[in-house]
Amino acid sequence: MVRAATSQSSLKPDQVEEGKDALIDATDLQTKELNGRLRDLMLTGVKKVNIINVYGQRYIGTRLYTPEHLKMEIEIFGTPGNDLAAFLYGHKITVHGNAQDGVGNTMDTGEIIVKGRAGDVLAFSMRGGEIYVRDNCGYRTALHMKEYEDKRPVLVVGGRSQDFLGEYMAGGIVILLDLHDQTHEANFIGSGMHGGVIYLRGSVERSQVGGQVDISPLNDADRAVLDQYVSKFVEHFPEIDKSREEILNSQFVRLTPKSKRPYGNLYAY
Amino acid sequence: MPRIRRELYNKEICACSIFGAMNRDSERFTGAGVMKAIANMHVRGNGLGGGFAAYGIYPQYEDYYAFHLMFTGRSVAAKLSAKKELDAFLCQKFDVVYDEEIPHGDEATVSDPPLVWRYFVLPKKQGEDSLLSDEDYIVSNVMLVNTRIENANVFSSGKNMGCFKGVGYPEDIGVYFMLDKLYSAYAWTAHGRFPTNTQAWWGGAHPFGLLDTTIVHNGEISSYGTNRWYLEMYGYACTLQTDTEVIAYAADLLMRRQKLPIEIVAKILAPPIWNAIDQMNETEKKLLTTLRMVYAPLLMNGPFAIIIGQTGRMIGLTDRIRLRPITAATRGEMFYLSSEEASIRLISPQLDRVWTPNGGEPVVGELNSMRKVLQ
Amino acid sequence: MKSFVFPEFEIIRDEEKCGQCRGCERQCAFGTHTYDPVADRLISDNYKCVGCQRCVIFCPKDAIVVRPTQSFYRPNASWSREKLEDLKKQAETGGVILTGCGTDKQFRIYWDHIVLNASQVTNPSIDPLREPMELRTFLGAKPDLMDISAKDGDVEIKTSLSPNLMVETPILFSAMSYGAISYNAFRSLATAACKSGTYFNTGEGGLPQEMRDEFGRCAIVQVASGRFGIDAEYLNCAQAVEIKVGQGAKPGIGGHLPGEKVSAAVAQTRMIPMGTDAISPAPHHDIYSIEDLSMLIFALKEATNYEKPISVKIAAVHNFAAIASGIVRAGADIIAIDGLRGGTGAAPKAIRDNVGIPIELAISSLDRRLRNEGIRNRCSIIAAGGIRCSSDVIKAIALGADAVYIGSAALIAMGCTLCQKCYTGKCNWGICTQDPRLSGRLNVDIASQRLSNLITAWSHEISEMLGGMGINALESLRGNRDHLRGVGLYEWELDVLGIKGAGE
Repeated sequence: MVRAATSQSSLKPDQVEEGKDALIDATDLQTKELNGRLRDLMLTGVKKVNIINVYGQRYIGTRLYTPEHLKMEIEIFGTPGNDLAAFLYGHKITVHGNAQDGVGNTMDTGEIIVKGRAGDVLAFSMRGGEIYVRDNCGYRTALHMKEYEDKRPVLVVGGRSQDFLGEYMAGGIVILLDLHDQTHEANFIGSGMHGGVIYLRGSVERSQVGGQVDISPLNDADRAVLDQYVSKFVEHFPEIDKSREEILNSQFVRLTPKSKRPYGNLYAY
Repeated sequence: MPRIRRELYNKEICACSIFGAMNRDSERFTGAGVMKAIANMHVRGNGLGGGFAAYGIYPQYEDYYAFHLMFTGRSVAAKLSAKKELDAFLCQKFDVVYDEEIPHGDEATVSDPPLVWRYFVLPKKQGEDSLLSDEDYIVSNVMLVNTRIENANVFSSGKNMGCFKGVGYPEDIGVYFMLDKLYSAYAWTAHGRFPTNTQAWWGGAHPFGLLDTTIVHNGEISSYGTNRWYLEMYGYACTLQTDTEVIAYAADLLMRRQKLPIEIVAKILAPPIWNAIDQMNETEKKLLTTLRMVYAPLLMNGPFAIIIGQTGRMIGLTDRIRLRPITAATRGEMFYLSSEEASIRLISPQLDRVWTPNGGEPVVGELNSMRKVLQ
Repeated sequence: MKSFVFPEFEIIRDEEKCGQCRGCERQCAFGTHTYDPVADRLISDNYKCVGCQRCVIFCPKDAIVVRPTQSFYRPNASWSREKLEDLKKQAETGGVILTGCGTDKQFRIYWDHIVLNASQVTNPSIDPLREPMELRTFLGAKPDLMDISAKDGDVEIKTSLSPNLMVETPILFSAMSYGAISYNAFRSLATAACKSGTYFNTGEGGLPQEMRDEFGRCAIVQVASGRFGIDAEYLNCAQAVEIKVGQGAKPGIGGHLPGEKVSAAVAQTRMIPMGTDAISPAPHHDIYSIEDLSMLIFALKEATNYEKPISVKIAAVHNFAAIASGIVRAGADIIAIDGLRGGTGAAPKAIRDNVGIPIELAISSLDRRLRNEGIRNRCSIIAAGGIRCSSDVIKAIALGADAVYIGSAALIAMGCTLCQKCYTGKCNWGICTQDPRLSGRLNVDIASQRLSNLITAWSHEISEMLGGMGINALESLRGNRDHLRGVGLYEWELDVLGIKGAGE
């Protein structure tokens, strides 16, 4: 079977009227084509795009790096495929629907808003920017999230997460609100955590949390952080039925690593 | 003295996409939607395998076992010769009520198709075989065919259901067997494959079926060598060089022969970890400890997401630490399972409930009619 | 707890030659030598010595000999001294025995059992000093067929090509991260790569900002499971992106850079708090299956606008040929395989010495598998894992590799003596340390010169051997096993290598 030669996309950008947002209909578009069109639009100076009929196309937002750091706003209607906004470099993406696995994979800067749920490995190795997910998320959320000085990623999830939340976490802020008051059922939370902080609205059992993790109550600095990001969450999702005050007045716990070196004693020198 | 055969379990690595759709009110629908859904996950496969299982497709022959056979071989003569041998064997052991070539189109991109035939049969037990149940009789004869008759392979052997599979993208296999035109089923499962052996053969595609149990599988069973020797002790011949086989046989052993309910079977294939078990109450702790102790060789290690199809039931299950994705969804009476949500949305944009099950916990969809019987 | 373990090395000082200059005291970061002012002599503590030979080389009076101590346990074929003492260490600490470098155990070295051909009479050897000898090679995917139209003298290439890396010599610097090695060592590799027309690999530690403009053009950047230092600019400034799935020294497990090696600069490049352990988990947590790897490969292609070849680095283990075949089908342009003898800055000894297969067998097996499947041209193979000399390189290419990665060899060029204590962060040669006092000893100009010299020397030897075989372009040797014969090998080994026995 002869392998088809990789063809370069030389697509014309959709006609853009002055002042109007650009539109891409993703029906029957493969991942590569869709992302090629997005990039072309950005390079012609478009600032805002709506993409409709999205069913599983991957890496939307990934092919948008330029040395000049051009930025774009993207609204997605449908279900974007895996690795949405992987390696994102500064754009803003809103999903009107559910997202799948790998949202914000190794994201550097930018903002992602999901008006629905997200899948597994949400915010994996995230290193900056902000992600807001209205409903639940899957396994291995915020795995190896990292930060450096003032570059601190933030993830806010309105629902709950499944197992291995914050595994190997090295930095950043994760906030889980459990807005439907179902109690957190995740296990192995913070397994290998050595940096960053997780705020859970409600409470967790000691047995759900990794041995290297400290469970403690909030202090004023924590409350300030929560206020900042919960306010933004509520702004992004006016449809939720709790108010900002209600959320902030709830009980929260804070999870932090006991040590920066959870495996310091593992080896014989 | 013959050289000891080196323990070379030659298995292929299989990674892929899976999909399932079921109407719990027993309303039957064509394969068109499922073909569309699995095609949407095209990039998860590489065109070297695709397949479907369909339940409720032979209502006029619902009391007969529907054997689907493929006759491989380099030439037409080789295929026909295999069929001749198989026919002779079948007539000896079974009453063949009706048989025909499984209809197929020409215009699909499938490679090197074998001769594919279906037979509707009833067991014709003689002598010692009369002591066997119908189902054990079927299983042992299916194993016989698959190990003894060259170029003949029984790939489906249940009542009122059938597997359709081959080498090609699943949507192309669907077109080839005209699943959107010729068949209506109350449950469909589908699979797109990404094997790593180019000598992919039609028998190696998913689903794997034995009687009415079919498996489509995404992942790799790292415990395959262990699972295999255990199952071989119980008479299962692992001939298909793919790790999925052991899941099918384990399901048959545990669910049909040992009559264990799916909740227990899930705890054998994907048990909780010891730390969690030690925290449970005494009854649960005892049950799980016993299961793990007795059925240790059946623990399925490695990433997996499977959909088990059976008469009246569709079950989704992932490994204990959920290394493979699976999304479950419902819309009215429709129940869906998929590697990716987008595929479900493509055929059902509105959904009542969407969730990702926990690792090791089965999601079971059953026909409403069956549930009433059980109650 | 009292330790029952003997010192591994002993220091013998010629007191007559020693001038008490205290140079050895300064050279040794392990504190082996101390000056006793009362007695006016240097005292050496054998227990601290790791045998790196630094003080020996730098003693101006040549007064020191450092040698391995003899074992005085009763000789025991099964319970070697090493087994005995590792056990005692574990009894003392309850810990995992850590080590560095590649395995030192007696596994068959197939390079030493393969001999090369030379031309005589029927096919003349080619003289590399006067005739052109081409070592340039291209790493990446090649199309199956080309669609070229030639009309009226105008030639148009219709097939668009996948991006490829052009190397002037088939020797690349293997992945060694900034953090595992010092900034100076890292920079020396980059400098030498640019100078010698080859590439260096950043490993999983990222590429410091200030190096991107100057050295991006000869960099292969790595995306490892810890995703350290990865942003879109990092990906786009380099010439290729490599997904690290595994490495030969420690297949199947992750990496662990101890907190003491995470200095301020390392922390900045890796984007983790200073002093934290930099943990690279065993799997990429978004790759649990071949289709997930395919997803990451294409995510990186998207992130780099399809302009860079994507490489996948795996360890050579039992079923790896099937996995590699899957990786090629998943879209990788280059497969880097790392064998049993690959090196590392830190790995549990049990894994380093017991997991993986020799690279020679791996190369042949992979090359054959891909050819049988008709997909050999869809990727290039880079082999790594204990390549020691130019003849190893040429044999690797004849067995089927497109190029080799050298890691240990590069470090040895810079001064390393394989003392296997890299994980302590106290490398006296300034290579595997973040202590500025130590890394300052490694002068970038001189070290990069040593590396360039190595590449030059090996390239020249390769040219000689190629010419001797009657070949003047490297591509004519790739996979050309006719030019190899085996000596002293079992039949199954000859089969796996795909070569005949000498004399056949």
